[in-house]
Amino acid sequence: MSGEHASVETKPSLPTLRFLTCGSVDDGKSTLVGRLLYERKLIFDDQLATLERDSRKHGAVGEEIDFALLVDGLEAEREQGITIDVAYRYFATEARAFIVADSPGHEQYTRNMATGASNADLAILLVDARKGLLTQTRRHATIASLLGIRHVVLAINKMDLVDYEQSVFDGIVADFTHAAKSLQFASVAAIPLSARYGDNVISQSDNMPWYSGPHLLAYLETVDVENAVSEQPMRFPVQWVNRMHSDFRGYAGMLVSGRLNVGDEIIVAASGRTSRVERIVAMDDDPTGAAAFESIVLTLADEIDISRGDVLCHPKQRPDVADQFAAHIIWMSDEKLLPGRSYFIKINGRSLAGSVTEIKYKLDVDNDAHIATKTLSLNEIGFCNVALGSSVAVDSYDANRATGGFILIDRFTNMTAGAGMIAFPLRRAKNIHLQAQLVSKAARSHIKHQQPAVLWFTGLSGAGKSTIANLVEMKLLERHAHTAMLDGDNIRHGLNRDLGFTDVDRVENIRRIGEVAKLMVDTGLIVLCAFISPFRAERQMARSLVGEGEFIEIFLDTPLEVCISRDPKGLYKKALAGEIKNFTGVDQAYELPTSPELHIRFMNEKPEEIADKIIRELETRNVIHG
Amino acid sequence: MGLPPHLRSLESEAVYILREVVAEFKNPVMLYSIGKDSSVMLHLAMKAFYPAKPPFPLLHVDTTWKFREMIAFRDETAARLGMDLIVHVNEEGLARGVSPFTFGSSAYTQVMKTEGLRQALDRYKFDAAFGGARRDEERSRAKERIFSHRTTAHAWDPKNQRPELWRAFNTRIRPGESMRVFPLSNWTERDVWDYVAAEKIPVVPLYFARKRPVVRRDGAHIMVDDARLPLHPGEVAEMRSIRFRTLGCYPLTGAIESEADTLEAIIEEMRLSSTSERQGRLIDFDEAASMEKKKREGYF
Repeated sequence: MSGEHASVETKPSLPTLRFLTCGSVDDGKSTLVGRLLYERKLIFDDQLATLERDSRKHGAVGEEIDFALLVDGLEAEREQGITIDVAYRYFATEARAFIVADSPGHEQYTRNMATGASNADLAILLVDARKGLLTQTRRHATIASLLGIRHVVLAINKMDLVDYEQSVFDGIVADFTHAAKSLQFASVAAIPLSARYGDNVISQSDNMPWYSGPHLLAYLETVDVENAVSEQPMRFPVQWVNRMHSDFRGYAGMLVSGRLNVGDEIIVAASGRTSRVERIVAMDDDPTGAAAFESIVLTLADEIDISRGDVLCHPKQRPDVADQFAAHIIWMSDEKLLPGRSYFIKINGRSLAGSVTEIKYKLDVDNDAHIATKTLSLNEIGFCNVALGSSVAVDSYDANRATGGFILIDRFTNMTAGAGMIAFPLRRAKNIHLQAQLVSKAARSHIKHQQPAVLWFTGLSGAGKSTIANLVEMKLLERHAHTAMLDGDNIRHGLNRDLGFTDVDRVENIRRIGEVAKLMVDTGLIVLCAFISPFRAERQMARSLVGEGEFIEIFLDTPLEVCISRDPKGLYKKALAGEIKNFTGVDQAYELPTSPELHIRFMNEKPEEIADKIIRELETRNVIHG
Repeated sequence: MGLPPHLRSLESEAVYILREVVAEFKNPVMLYSIGKDSSVMLHLAMKAFYPAKPPFPLLHVDTTWKFREMIAFRDETAARLGMDLIVHVNEEGLARGVSPFTFGSSAYTQVMKTEGLRQALDRYKFDAAFGGARRDEERSRAKERIFSHRTTAHAWDPKNQRPELWRAFNTRIRPGESMRVFPLSNWTERDVWDYVAAEKIPVVPLYFARKRPVVRRDGAHIMVDDARLPLHPGEVAEMRSIRFRTLGCYPLTGAIESEADTLEAIIEEMRLSSTSERQGRLIDFDEAASMEKKKREGYF
């Protein structure tokens, strides 16, 4: 390669095109990106040398250079010859600068494809000419459409392996046109090519005279993906409040849509407070206005209460303010999405507790059908109702990608568990307002001479939860403490008799118990709860319902063998015989508490001694007085 | 406002990332390695928090083998901008006599840079650290998130990265864990230089060609920056017009022969170059996947 990188030249006036390559595994995505970079002489000599060395070691195409190895940057990817994660590549031609997200084709890495799609304007969807449309091709088309990509290149690859036959190309195009009917693409350009030999990649191929459209690069250089974000209603989510000194209060953030000018009237979406933009502050000269996607800091004419997560907008173009909405959710975690389970939901920079209250259906990407379901597994797409702990400004994702998108975060692992796209706000919560109460929890507990608390006994069946809880309650009664007891079996005979033992029902079981415990704590009681409560997330949820220090988790850490040998209700016997399904410790997991307030290794101690130990702990914590 | 649109959008994205960290983390720090990328990142921070100062200190992990001009530039820059600067040296490594000559380049880097960095992050309990790395530099970096999670042992798990959608960065970590954050992820080498030129950002003079004393080793020009570089028998430093595309420890950083002594000349030279900037980094060649390996162990 003679070092002629004339192509690095960038014309400054054109916007960068962010595109993504997707399609099923082995359809040649990485090869195509590698070929584009190579043909545009964007691979440096030293990179090429490494590539040649790697091609001999791991390459899948014999003595030739395997371009896929250029973008498959992780060790595991080169060893297995597959793309695991999104790779970002950068190149520019005389006409345009490009950012490419090369995304994985394997189904288990679909979440990474969604990641690449979330910031892309166009998708190149690769199809192997020999195989035609596959499940994964349809899945990627669906995800691209859901994530707001409106322009698609249908790149029908490996044409060399079907003798450059037009009928093969036409057949796949017809299939795709049919499959994409329900998707929201504004433009689809079908291009026949061979990434391996460079046909129609950066120049017109002589092998397919029947194709008269542009080659891939020519198309990418000229396609208009202007999505008119500047024409959309103005949205300014406040990211950070800059309080340099007492008389400077700047609101920093990115203008995500529309235009904002100094002097504009603005309104805080959630609170309805209004003011006027006084200044847009910059290190150089203060600008008089800002356009979409500019990070700015502004000051207002009036001192009003604004914090991170508030959305400023023009008074006549306000977003909805809602604590419930319907949304498409792409699930990205190995652990299933369970309705009722509490997640952190990050939207407009704010992380709120929230949950999916109902899964309406999941999408069958093969035939666009809606399937009833109670949970969502990894890579599944569902249409759900979502409820948040407080109201936020929301737009539909179609109207605004920034204020209509959110992520769900697992409260325990902190992994990003899902991505959501808001369809519409739900209004039914509007007429339910929290009643302010005149008599407080403190006042109620004061006359009982105690601090209200939840004693949450968790552990396997047969660990001794009910036994110990009953002993503790008796001892509390002797001291004239006011208590209540919520016990697993008793609750299931009444309040929760409609619930079974599936994961979904277990979550709802604990959610209801948590809410009841909270009401009792509000009345000033010491509430003893004895439930297996196998999932950390739900114990955490119950904890979050009551005040700081009011939740005392007591882990009865009795080994499974001991529980089985005790087997007070004969349940282990049945479970081990397969007569009871979803039995904790047998065929369902118990997630160990990580930092319980009390960790009791219950082996040889007498129940009486353990109960005394708990009473002493309550004294230390001033729940009761010694 | 003379910035072309693609630089303005990169600037805006980086400013957003910088602010997101300050809004979400308790104790962030900026890794300042004195090179052009650090210079750009620091300039962006000055803009992001203006009129306030960036609310975090700078951290330089000093291997004691940096070019003298780098150290002078570092101290001058921190003073000029009024930034707090923490300089950390792995004293333990120093006491063991670890240098680029006593150890192989990879063991030396592991001790003086990676371990040094981990020590500093632990000592000050930083929960987020900005780095100036770009995805176009190296292929394992091309795969890394903008907000890249690290375990309590500072390890990176490339196979289990958090999906990163839109600008909804997941910033949640557990006590003791941390986040590495890369505001320049989407910048190219060319973007960095164009931005340096457009914003008139000061950079270390070593990037500009000048006559400097060098010896030639393993095909690379190594600058004789001080008397600590052991000369081989018969080896004599000669004066050549050289410059650096990337800056690191001087015994491990190869110079290129060049006459480019202005920004315009550098940008023109880069346009015609057929090698990547990391070619001058001797530590990258230990093995093909060496950057990924170092990163998994906590290197930036």
